[in-house]
Amino acid sequence: MSELLANIGFLQEGPFSVPRWEALFSNFGVLVDGALVTLLVASLGLALALALGTAIGVMSTSQWRVPRAFARGYVEFFQNTPLLIQVFMIYNALPIIYPRLFIPVIAIGIMGVGMYHGAYIAEVVRAGIQSIGRGQLEAAVSQGFSYVGAMRYIIIPQAMRVVLPPLTNQAVNLIKNTSVLAIIAGGDLMYAGDSFAGRFGHYGPTYIMVGLIYFLMCFPLAMLARRLEERTRAA
Amino acid sequence: MIKLVDVSKHFGSHEALKHVNLEVPTGQKLVIIGPSGSGKSTLIRCINMLEKPSSGQVIVDGVDLTALRAPVAKVRQQVAMVFQQFNLYPHKTVLENITLAPIVVCGVSRDEATESAYKYLDRVGLREKADKYPAQLSGGQQQRVAIARALNMHPKIMLFDEPTSALDPEMIQEVLEVIIDLAHGGITMVVVTHEMGFAKEAADRVIFLDDGLILEDGTPEHFFENPQHDRTKLFLSKILR
Ligand SMILES: Nc1ncnc2c1ncn2[C@@H]1O[C@H](COP(=O)(O)OP(=O)(O)OP(=O)(O)O)[C@@H](O)[C@H]1O
Ligand SMILES: [Mg+2]
Repeated sequence: MSELLANIGFLQEGPFSVPRWEALFSNFGVLVDGALVTLLVASLGLALALALGTAIGVMSTSQWRVPRAFARGYVEFFQNTPLLIQVFMIYNALPIIYPRLFIPVIAIGIMGVGMYHGAYIAEVVRAGIQSIGRGQLEAAVSQGFSYVGAMRYIIIPQAMRVVLPPLTNQAVNLIKNTSVLAIIAGGDLMYAGDSFAGRFGHYGPTYIMVGLIYFLMCFPLAMLARRLEERTRAA
Repeated sequence: MIKLVDVSKHFGSHEALKHVNLEVPTGQKLVIIGPSGSGKSTLIRCINMLEKPSSGQVIVDGVDLTALRAPVAKVRQQVAMVFQQFNLYPHKTVLENITLAPIVVCGVSRDEATESAYKYLDRVGLREKADKYPAQLSGGQQQRVAIARALNMHPKIMLFDEPTSALDPEMIQEVLEVIIDLAHGGITMVVVTHEMGFAKEAADRVIFLDDGLILEDGTPEHFFENPQHDRTKLFLSKILR
C-alpha cells in the first residue's frame, strides 16, 4: 500500500509530473507558432518538390540522353546522401562560397526538403509515366504534339491517378522531415518544442505533445493515401 | 507525296527493312500486305518517323524527315495515323479526343474544332457518342472515333496500321466501310491490312512485303491474279482458302 502511494508521487514530481504539463499548456502558443512555421515550410517545400519532381521525372523518361543522365544524377545524389548534410551544406557552405548571400533559415528548410523530396517524387513520377502504355505517347506525337506537350496533355494526366497515393505518402515524409530545421534553429515545431523543453526540463510532456501535433498533421494525409490507393485498385 | 529512298531499319542485328525504295503519289491508296514480322509496321511507322530509319531518306510532302532538325512535328500534323489498338486518350471524352490536337497543336479555335469534329463524327456515325469516354464504346466504335480524330487534323496523308486486326469479327465491317468511304476521296492513304477484300475494293496499288523487302508492287489485279514470286503465291494460298 505504501509502495503504491509512493508511486503516485510521479504526479507531483518526475519527468511527467502535473506541474510540467501545466507549464506546457500555459505556454502552448510557443508550439502553435512552431507548428505554423512547420506548415509553411511543408507546404512551400511540397510545392517545390512537386515542381522539381515532375520536371525531373519527365526528364528521366525522355528519349534524349542528356536530360536522362541529369535526372539520374540528381535522383541518386539526393536519395543517397542524408537530408541533414544537404541542409548543412546550404546553411554553412553556401555563405562561405557567397559571403554576401543571405538565405533565411525558413528558405533553407524549404529548399532542403523540396530538393530532397523532389528526388523521391521524380521516381514516383517516372514510374507513373512508365505505367502508361507506349501507344499513348505514339498517338500524341503522331498528331504533332511535342514530347513535352504529349506529357502535359496526355501522359501526366493519366499518370496522376497512379501516382497520387505515393505522392501523398511523400507529403507525409516531407512534413516529418521539416524537423531537420530544428538543428539550424529554424523556428519550426520541433525547434520550438525542444527549446521550450530544454529551458525548464519539461521534456516529457513537450515531446509527447510535439509528436501528437506531427501525428495530427500527417495522419489525415496517410488516411487519404490509403483511400486513394483503394480507389486506384478498384478502378 | 511520300518518298522512301534506300530505307533500312535495324533492330539490333535484325534487319526489319532492307534498302526499301517506295514512292507514293498524291491521292494514291496503297495497301501493304505481308506475313507477320515482314516489316509492314516498321515501314508505315517510318513514314511519320515513329521509327527512325537506320539509313536512307524519308521525304514527305517535300520535306526530308531524316535530315538534321527536320520539322517532324509540323509534318506529322499532315500525316494522321490510325493504330491497331486505337490508342484513344482514355481520360478524354470522344469529343475531346477529336478536338484536342487541332486546338492545342494546330491552334484552331475551340468552336471551329468542335464544329468539324461533329462533321466527322457524323461521317463515322457516332455523333451521339460525343460525350462518352472511350472505355464506354465497343472496339469498332473506338476505332471509328480514332478515324474521326485523324480526320479532324485535316491531313494530307492517312496511315492505317492493321486498323481492324484488334476487332471482333462482327465489328470489322463497320470500320472497313468507313475506310472504304474515305478511299473514295482524294486523300493519300497507306493501309497495312490482312483484309484482302478491302485491298481488292479500295486499293490502287498493292505492295507485298516479305522479310524487309518489297517483293510485289502493282495493281490489286496484278497482285491477286498474277503474283511473280513463289513466296507471294504461298502467302496467298494460305490466306485465300
Ligand atoms: N522495337 C523493336 N525492337 C526489336 N525488334 C523489333 C521492334 N519492332 C519490330 N521488330 C522486329 O522487326 C521485324 C518487323 O516487325 P514489324 O512489326 O514491322 O512486322 P509486321 O510486318 O508489322 O508484323 P505483324 O503483322 O505481326 O504486325 C520483326 O521481326 C520484329 O520482331
Ligand atoms: Mg505490324
